[in-house]
Amino acid sequence: MKWLPESASTFAPGVDLILWLVTIISVISCVLIAFLLIYFVIKYRRKTENDQTPAITHDSFLETLWTVIPTILCIVIFIYGYVYYDQYTVTPKNAVEVNVTAKQWLWSFDYSNGKKTLNELYVPVDQPIRLVMQSDDVLHSFFVPAFRVKQDVMGNRYTYINFTATKEGVYDLYCTEYCGTAHSDMLGKVHVLSKAKFASWQDGSADKVKKASAASIPPAELGKQLYSNKGCLACHSIDGANGVGPSWKGLFAKNRVFTDGASAIADENYIKESILYPGEKMVEGYGPVMPSYKGLLDDDEITAIIEYIKTLK
Amino acid sequence: MSEEQEKNYLDNGEGFRSWFFTVDHKRIGVMYLWAIGVFFIVAAIASFLLRAEHLTPGPTIVNADTYNVLFTLHGSMMVFLFIVPGVAASFGNFLIPLMIGAKDVIFPKLNLYSFWLYLAGALIFMLALAAPADTGWTFYTPYSIETGANVILITFGVFVLGFSSILTGINFIVTMHKLRAPGMTWDRLPLFCWAAYATSLLQVLATPVVGITLLLLIGERYFGLGFFDPAKGGDPVMFQHFFWFYSHPAVYIMILPAMGIVSEIMPVFARKPIFGYKAIAYASLAIALISFLVWGHHMFVSGQSKLVNIIFSVITYAVAVPTAIKVFNWLWTLYKGSIELSTAMLYSLAFIFLFTIGGLTGLFLGALAADVHLHDTYFVVAHMHYVMIGGTVFGFFAALHFWYPKMWGRMFDEFKAKIAFVLIFIGFNVAFFPQFIMGTLGMPRRYFNYAPEFQSLHVVSTYGTWIIGIGFILMLWNLMRPLPGKAPANPYNSLSLEWSMDSPPGTFNFDDIPTVTEPVYNYGTKIEEGA
Repeated sequence: MKWLPESASTFAPGVDLILWLVTIISVISCVLIAFLLIYFVIKYRRKTENDQTPAITHDSFLETLWTVIPTILCIVIFIYGYVYYDQYTVTPKNAVEVNVTAKQWLWSFDYSNGKKTLNELYVPVDQPIRLVMQSDDVLHSFFVPAFRVKQDVMGNRYTYINFTATKEGVYDLYCTEYCGTAHSDMLGKVHVLSKAKFASWQDGSADKVKKASAASIPPAELGKQLYSNKGCLACHSIDGANGVGPSWKGLFAKNRVFTDGASAIADENYIKESILYPGEKMVEGYGPVMPSYKGLLDDDEITAIIEYIKTLK
Repeated sequence: MSEEQEKNYLDNGEGFRSWFFTVDHKRIGVMYLWAIGVFFIVAAIASFLLRAEHLTPGPTIVNADTYNVLFTLHGSMMVFLFIVPGVAASFGNFLIPLMIGAKDVIFPKLNLYSFWLYLAGALIFMLALAAPADTGWTFYTPYSIETGANVILITFGVFVLGFSSILTGINFIVTMHKLRAPGMTWDRLPLFCWAAYATSLLQVLATPVVGITLLLLIGERYFGLGFFDPAKGGDPVMFQHFFWFYSHPAVYIMILPAMGIVSEIMPVFARKPIFGYKAIAYASLAIALISFLVWGHHMFVSGQSKLVNIIFSVITYAVAVPTAIKVFNWLWTLYKGSIELSTAMLYSLAFIFLFTIGGLTGLFLGALAADVHLHDTYFVVAHMHYVMIGGTVFGFFAALHFWYPKMWGRMFDEFKAKIAFVLIFIGFNVAFFPQFIMGTLGMPRRYFNYAPEFQSLHVVSTYGTWIIGIGFILMLWNLMRPLPGKAPANPYNSLSLEWSMDSPPGTFNFDDIPTVTEPVYNYGTKIEEGA
């Protein structure tokens, strides 16, 4: 049975080695104890009310044995834990930095060339990466099981993760520090690309290809993909349930009442404005928590999302 | 026994006032037992809802906010209303004076006052349910400062409960120093008392810290003082240090009394002296001491410095060794014994096995590099439940059955109790073992929605809780229907003092204070060393 996630970073094999080592130690100890427990219970079960039992109170040899052996095992496990942790915390000289900002309930990534992505981190394979992370609000934690890396993210100082991805692919990113309502929807993906693909992603030529493929699917379909990829789902339901933000179900063409008492019909322009400048027209009953998607979604993508909302009757 | 006319403690006075204003340690113990029992059941119901929610990856029976409230309720009630005060206050109160040969605890009125404080704390805690907290039982800042829920009231409840713990701890410590019967030397003290002593030390020394921390939190929420909120110049990690400085020792407040219970039950049903009495007694104290120095292992990925992480990892392994020693001592108590598999003994043996798994999985979490992967996943949830249910709750159930004749003066149906045990044991493992695998695979804890690939493991886990539920109801139903007839004073031929008087005991326990002349677990035939 599979009990470890895919191993896709230089740190992962070390962690897995410890997990295997401690598992083997644990299984042997556990089987030994269970065996003795059952063996003694069967062999020494009470036969008569007057069974004679020896008054053994201690045994120096045995007690030394079961003090020394666990001590040695503990030291060994500690050393393994320390050695790999030490490697993980030292930043390689040629590491490429990516700035990470966590916010209820999304991840945003800023790259050195000015690119910015939401919930999707792009990194080249075999390249040491250093994430410089901070939070805009409460505590979060950055966790990629395939890389075996995790680090809390907070508001008052930067925290760091070093990793080097070893396999191309798309890996899950979880928030693992409880952060409120949509904690379990604060998900992302890490895209590990070949050096060539990463270069084309970086200079923007990959965007054109992506756009071309995006153009081939209906806008409402694309909007549906963006709904989950860009983190909208964390706050906006599509089934009418009240979330942190208003549900998208039946939203289009509905009359909206704002916190300042004004009102407007939710048409294309209103929705676009709300995506780009979410603080401008706050619907009554909701707080100013949504980040601006300016620069994170282009016009075609906004149109696609509007088309998707129109389908949610 | 002197006159048959002397009433036992249960019959001596009827009605609400005779209980609510009693200073009898046994009645206070019984009242704690009822109270923690009620909260245990409420918190358990919350856990059944949580597990049912996980039958499907998306929303199943509740929404995300309700889920967050439920796990906060489950965790905080289990910890602060059941397991921390639980075994120590209920069985500790009932048993310590009986075991050391005293007529009561040394400060009986303070004892009653502690119980009232417990009720007051619980009441405040219940009032907070009007706007229930959604912070998790750990109240991590800054979320606990920003959330709209009623964090102040719930933490104030915990603050009051803390005073109850501190006063009970002081009472037990002084009682054991001053009221031991003649001849009851420290090396003849029953191991349950040793465990209660170590627990009391922790309660007295650690609880004030969580009290202060929660006051600071209240100050921050109510007066806007900037202790922990980065927006006000505070440090959220400092809250974690304060919180775990209490809450790690609290883990041992929870487990030590259960270890004491098992140390009492094993010798009786194996008819052997406990193996390594001194090692177990000193291990209790060693665990209590070291437990103050390991809190940082809850914070390996919190952003504390690398050096601090390394130091905490070393000390964490130091606490593993006395724990391992205890397990082997219990095991070797069985060697060449005359073992009777009573219900209480079954729970004790299960305790040893499950606690071993709980302890061994702690070795994974103490290793720095492995903890980076496992922290805040279901692995931690499983580890914690193996220690807290497999350890403490199984110990608690063992005590419920073992001292049942003494406490209620009746016997129970062993056969039904054993069926209930089998169901609870199987259900527990079905419910929690899959969570280790979910954890190593990377399933984060406190997740309302989860990735579909985890569904089969979640479903198995949920079915397990149903098996536990059936077993628990059977256990409770059985204990609520005692067999006809009065229980004998000493149904198990135990040698410790609490079995030397009638079942149930009279109000003042002993007609004459006994004189102790031999070791407490003086079972078996003396043989030459090494023969």
